[in-house]
Order: sequence, then structure tokens, then C-alpha cells
Amino acid sequence: MSYTTQTQTSMEAAGESAGNEFLAFTLGREEYGIDILRVQEIRGYEPVTRIANAPDFIKGVVNLRGTIVPVVDMRIKFDLGTPTYDQFTVVIILNIGGRVVGMVVDSVSDVTTLTPEQIRPAPEIGTTFDTDYLIGLGTLDERMLILVDIDKLMSSAEMGLIEKLAA
Amino acid sequence: MTIDMSQFYQVFFDEADELLAEMEKLLLALDVSAPDSEDLNAIFRAAHSIKGGAATFAFTDITEVTHMLESLLDRIRKGEMALTPEHVDAFLVAKDVLTMQMDGHHHGSSVDQAAVDNVCQRLKALSQGIVADAPAAAASPSPAAAAPEPVAAPVMDADGNCRFRIELPEVPQKDVDALAAELGLLGTIEQETLDDKRAVFILTTGESQDNIVAICSFVLDPDDLKITYDAAPAAASAGAAPSTPVEDPGYGIFEPEKGSAVAPQASTPAADAAAAVPAGEVKNYGRRATDKEGASQESSSIRVSVEKVDQLINLVGELVITQAMIEQRIAALDPLHHERLLNSAGQLARNTRDLQEAVMSIRMMPMDYVFSRFPRMVRDLAAKLGKKVEFVTRGAATELDKGLIERIVDPLTHLVRNSVDHGIEMPDRRKANGKTEAGKLVLSAAHQGGNIVIEVSDDGGGLNRDRILAKAKAQGLPVSDAMPDADVWQLIFAPGFSTAEVVTDVSGRGVGMDVVKRNITAMGGTVDIRSIPGTGTTIAISLPLTLAILDGMSVKVGEEIYILPLGYVIESLQPAAVDVKEVAGQGKVVKVREEYLPLIPLYQIFAIDPRFEDPSQGIIVILESDGKKAALLVDSLVGQQQVVVKNLESNFRKVAGISGATILGDGGVSLILDVSALLRSSRQLNADPVFF
Repeated sequence: MSYTTQTQTSMEAAGESAGNEFLAFTLGREEYGIDILRVQEIRGYEPVTRIANAPDFIKGVVNLRGTIVPVVDMRIKFDLGTPTYDQFTVVIILNIGGRVVGMVVDSVSDVTTLTPEQIRPAPEIGTTFDTDYLIGLGTLDERMLILVDIDKLMSSAEMGLIEKLAA
Repeated sequence: MTIDMSQFYQVFFDEADELLAEMEKLLLALDVSAPDSEDLNAIFRAAHSIKGGAATFAFTDITEVTHMLESLLDRIRKGEMALTPEHVDAFLVAKDVLTMQMDGHHHGSSVDQAAVDNVCQRLKALSQGIVADAPAAAASPSPAAAAPEPVAAPVMDADGNCRFRIELPEVPQKDVDALAAELGLLGTIEQETLDDKRAVFILTTGESQDNIVAICSFVLDPDDLKITYDAAPAAASAGAAPSTPVEDPGYGIFEPEKGSAVAPQASTPAADAAAAVPAGEVKNYGRRATDKEGASQESSSIRVSVEKVDQLINLVGELVITQAMIEQRIAALDPLHHERLLNSAGQLARNTRDLQEAVMSIRMMPMDYVFSRFPRMVRDLAAKLGKKVEFVTRGAATELDKGLIERIVDPLTHLVRNSVDHGIEMPDRRKANGKTEAGKLVLSAAHQGGNIVIEVSDDGGGLNRDRILAKAKAQGLPVSDAMPDADVWQLIFAPGFSTAEVVTDVSGRGVGMDVVKRNITAMGGTVDIRSIPGTGTTIAISLPLTLAILDGMSVKVGEEIYILPLGYVIESLQPAAVDVKEVAGQGKVVKVREEYLPLIPLYQIFAIDPRFEDPSQGIIVILESDGKKAALLVDSLVGQQQVVVKNLESNFRKVAGISGATILGDGGVSLILDVSALLRSSRQLNADPVFF
């Protein structure tokens, strides 16, 4: 429930400044941010149906109100933290260009508004993500959010979620 | 073989109603000076579809009108004739007439034959390029019938009396006299007779129009009554010079020489003007009567968008999951203490199941629903064309989503008609070519891989490559002689393309294939043509299985459950250890009924930890696809159920060996095996699946 209220307050804030809103989540000890507009909903982790011969980080597919949605575990993909599945494990359901994907993360913290000044370019080293998939680093008081270009990441061949068009 | 065609009438009426409404909408939106060719095509297609349907059900009167409408539209569409407002008017009148005819067939309401003839003549005149002359214009409701309408407010004379003009429909003379006597009590009454023997009263009274209607309704239906305010004396009493008709542009009924402001005289031209438009008026009455009858008959079916049904199915799916959750929770409760709760939960389970079944049944129908309307059509067509056709259907039990089934009807109708008309040759020609006199037309449906394939195939003359190319060139399509056959065949899907020498009532306008392609593409399917000159043509429609239901057998390997499409399953058994043999260390074969079948261990292909690796402990399912057999090794059989096929690729990519997914009763996802792919891999007889 707290997500909703926070979203609303920060939406009001967004009306005043030209900043973008980001959903902050954690993977291991790192804190990440993605564009809130790509987030469809946040759910608890449910058992998935495994897909044979798929890479480890593709946990499988789940039934989301009648549609079949693949679930990827970012902790496995980027080797961050230990992939445990309990009642605190969170799945962020993303809607990217009409395609729905579930993303397993350790936890979701809040929605923050970042002004362009608060976003610094990402350094060439130091993150597990290829810098191609990063928007930059967001600073918020003492916190640092690694801002991920989730559209680009999820559509990438590396994730293998979408059939390559050339094929 | 007799088929009760009336079971399909409702579908035709529903469809035709929709098409007519669509046609009217397009006509009204049409810009006469610069008509959009797409719109013209759409109007034309609507007329064509109605004609096709009407012909199927032998509603010849509707066929006649639509045929004329279509011919005219076709000429306009091809630019042979410029579109004028007269055309649009005529089309709209034709649409009204069609609606009336449709109601006539549907509800048995009366059809005004005069209006029908009128429209036919008008359409004929227009298609012969004759500009609508006076009588034709009079038949149009817009100029003539509209004339009395602009009478605005009741105009009273000095005594507070109004003059009403009351036109009666055709009623016996004694009723007219009785009415005249009754109305005479209200004020002064004058009686006239129209050209078509109908009586007209001119009543000057202080009573309101409602009272007049109330009196008349003792004798006749008020809807058939036409009451207008006769403004003639009002204009006179207002002191307006009668010689200035400009003041009454809406009427056009005053003639200067009738200028003397005497009321009865002034009303005569009005009566004449009204008398000049009997055709339009008659049509009006007819329409009103049918409207009334139509409204009193409740529609027995409603058409709901597929989206809404989908939403319903998904919601019910959610409900089933929730119900399963409740069941799980209460399973742990002590039945003694919670007897009533458990009873209620049991009832909920039953109701949920019934609801799910009911909702699912909305969508699924056997192909028979479509196929069964063809034998009669083919028979009639063949008889009409003097051909002999043997009609065969296969796979009529294949179930298809209702949404798809309804949309496949039109394309299939066109294809079947084309096959009979163009494909199959005349008996003497067939004989000369060494074929049987009767042509064979096969309509078949089958699940194939992830698709349902519906084929219309005839053993007729095949497509004529040269003629198609010549015609394409004549139409200015980009073609070359070196094009591969498949590309040439696709040309017949271009709008307005037909190679038939004669445009017949049956087909040949080239509109059919255009519609076919359009409809199939809209459903996400493809149309393929295979044709061999002199041997026949097969048109294969392939539709995605996304919406289709599947009879599935669920099998378990390790902890995972997979669905096998039942159509591929021949049998399942537990083999004896001696029947399983190794082949050169590459893989295993199983001996089943004196036949060696390659063994496909599912656990190996999908990297699962099985309960049994030894085939003699597990179960083998014998599968057959494309004439090849193989034995699939699984741990156990779970059951047989109907599942709704969900697309895996809408949010994910294609997975080798998997054709789709489905949602199980507990809300979990189960994957549907792609049997053809599995069998292809088995040909290699080795442990490494080739498809990954």
C-alpha cells in the first residue's frame, strides 16, 4: 500500500520540477532505479513453470491474469546477492512496449523523483551492468541509485526475451 | 441430404443488419465530389456480402436488389461513372428497401413491393447513365417526403383555430365516412381524395393534434396517419401577398395564379404536391409499420465483442484460482467444527466449475457449424452452373474459437463459390480431359503444429498463370514473367482482380479474394495457394491456434507437467524391459506391436530429474505426426483435459519443443509440447536434441 501513496506524493512533486520518477529496488547491496512508467505492478514471488533449456536467470513463466509472463531473476543474471525465494521476494512486473515481463529483485524501496542535475553520467567501470544499459547514477542525499535503461536491457539479445528480428 | 437452413437465418440477419448499418454509415460519410476509393470498396463489399448471403439462403428478392446495387457501385468504383448525389440518395433508398425486405423475411412483416420495384428501376436507370428524371426524383425521400416536414409551429387563425391536413392510408369508404363524421364534431371539415384513392381531410378546429389522433385511432393505426398543419390560410390571414412565394421557400406549393386568399383553393395545390409523391409516401408507411413490428420482437441473440468474452474468461480463470486457494486453506480444518463452512466451500467449487464451463462454451464451436452450410450451397450452385460436384468435408469436429469461426464463414463462402464457379470445369470438358464427370471439392480442417489449417481444394482446371499475369499487367500491377508461381497466385488477392471472362451472379467480380485475404490477415492468419494446371487448386487458410481449444493429455516428468495434444497420441503403455533396445549407443528404440519406434526420453530433452530413467518403469506414449511414429518416455500420465491454448510468444520468444502454454486449474502454467518438432528430432536417434 505504501507504494501507492508514495507514487502519488512524488507525482505531485514531479508536476513542479521537470524530474523523472524512478522506482528504487535493491539487488544484493546495490540500489537500482528504473523508470516508473515501465512498471505495471509489483507482486510477491509465486512458483513459476520452468522452461526447459532456458538460461538460469529465466526462472520460467507465470500466469498473470490469463497471460503468460516470463520471469527473470536479476540477481542471477548479474550475480548479485543470493537468490532466495521467500515471502519477501518481490517481482516487478514491467510493461515494455506492450510486452509484459516479470523481474525478481530482493526488495523494492520507494519511488523517487530525480532532477536532471541529480543524474550523473555512469563511470566506465564499477558496475555489473554494461554501461550501455545505464542512464546514469542518481544521487539522493546519501543514497546512490544506479539508473537502468530497462527498455534497452529487456529488449537486448543478452536477455534473450525477444526473438531476434533478423532471424 | 436435407439441412434445415433456418438455423443459420439468424446469423445471416445479424450479419446483414451489421453490413447494412455499416453501408449506411459509409454512404452518409461519403464525400460526393471526392469519394475515397477505400470507402467505395467497403460499400461495394458490404453489398456483395449481403448478396452472397441472400443467395445462399435463396432470398431472391434481396439478391436482386443487391445485385443491381452492386453493379452500379462496381461501375463507380472502377471510375466508369462519376458519383453524384443522386447515386447516394438511390443507395440510401436501396438500403432502406433492403432493411424492409430483411424484416419481411425475418419477422414476416409486410414488404412494399412498389417501393422495391421503384428502387430497382431507379438503380437500373442510374447504371444506364440516365440522370434521374422527375419521377425518379419524386421517389427519393429527401426532396419530396421532406417537403411537408418543415411545417414548423401550428399557425392559428384569428379565432384560435388551426387547420390540420390529415392524410389517411387506404381504408374502406365507410371508415372514411365515419371518421369524417367524428372529426366534423371538432370543427369544420373538408374532404378530398388523392390520386391513389386515399382520402385527405382538411380540418379547421381549436382542438389539439393529439385529440385528432386519438379520434382517428379508433378506426386506424395512428402511425399510418399523416397529420400536417395546413399553413395556407395562415399565410393568407397574416396578410402576406400570396404572389410572393419566396417567403415560403420550404413549400414550393404556392403558385401565383392561385393567389386568391381563399382557403380551400390554396390547399388544393398542397394536396397536389402531396399527391405527386405517392411512391415516396407508400414507402414511408411501410417503413413505419416494419419498425414497429421489429421493435416488438426481441432479438434472440446478442453479439458481444471477443474482447469482452476474453475478459470474462480471464476473470473466471482468476476466480477458479481463488477458489482453489480457499479449498486448500480449508482442507486443513476439522470437518466436525467447520461443517457448514466446508459445505459452502464445496458448493462454491461446484458453482465455479459450472461457471467456468459455461464461459468456455461461449467460445468453442466445432467447424461443423461452418461446414454444414456448404453442401446445399454447392449443390444449388452446381445445378445453376450445370456442373457436377461431389462435396466432401473432413475434420468437421475440429473445434475452433467462436470468434474465429464467425469470421471464417465469409472467406470460406467466397472460396467455395469460387471453386465451384471457376475451379471445377463443365462435365464435358472434364471428360475430355480424362477426369470423372463430377468434380471433387474437399473442405477440410485440422490442427497442424501451432495452427489450424482449413483447406478448400478442388480437382478442377487450376489457376491460369498466363491469364493472371496478363490481367495484372492490364491493371498496372508490378509483375514480371519470371515471377515464381506462388507470387503469381498471390496476385489474385489484389482488389478488383478477376480473371473470369463473364461476371456472373455467382462470382467473377474479383471482390471475393480481396475480402478473403483481408479477413484472414485480420485474424492473424495466412492464405496459401497451391495450384497445378489441369489438376486442381488448393487454398489453405492457416490460422493461429492462440484462441483455439485443445484436447490435451497431461503427462508428468519429475515434478513438471506437460500437455500433449491428444490428436497426436495413439496409445500409451509400459514397455517390457526386453522390448527396449539400444541402437549403436546412439539412442534407444522400443518394440511395440512388431514395430521399432525411436524412444524420446522427455527428461533428457528438457533436462529434468525424472523419477524413472528406465523405460520399463515409466510410461511411453506413442505419438504420430506426418506419418512418423515415436515413443515418448514420461514418468506418469496425469489425465486428459481440454485446455485453452495461450501464446507463449506474446511476451516471450519461441521455445524449441514447445508450441504454447495453458493455465491449469490451480492457476499454474503448463507448457504444451510441440509434437511435430519432437518427432523431427527423434529421427536423429541420438540423445542431443537437434532443435536447440
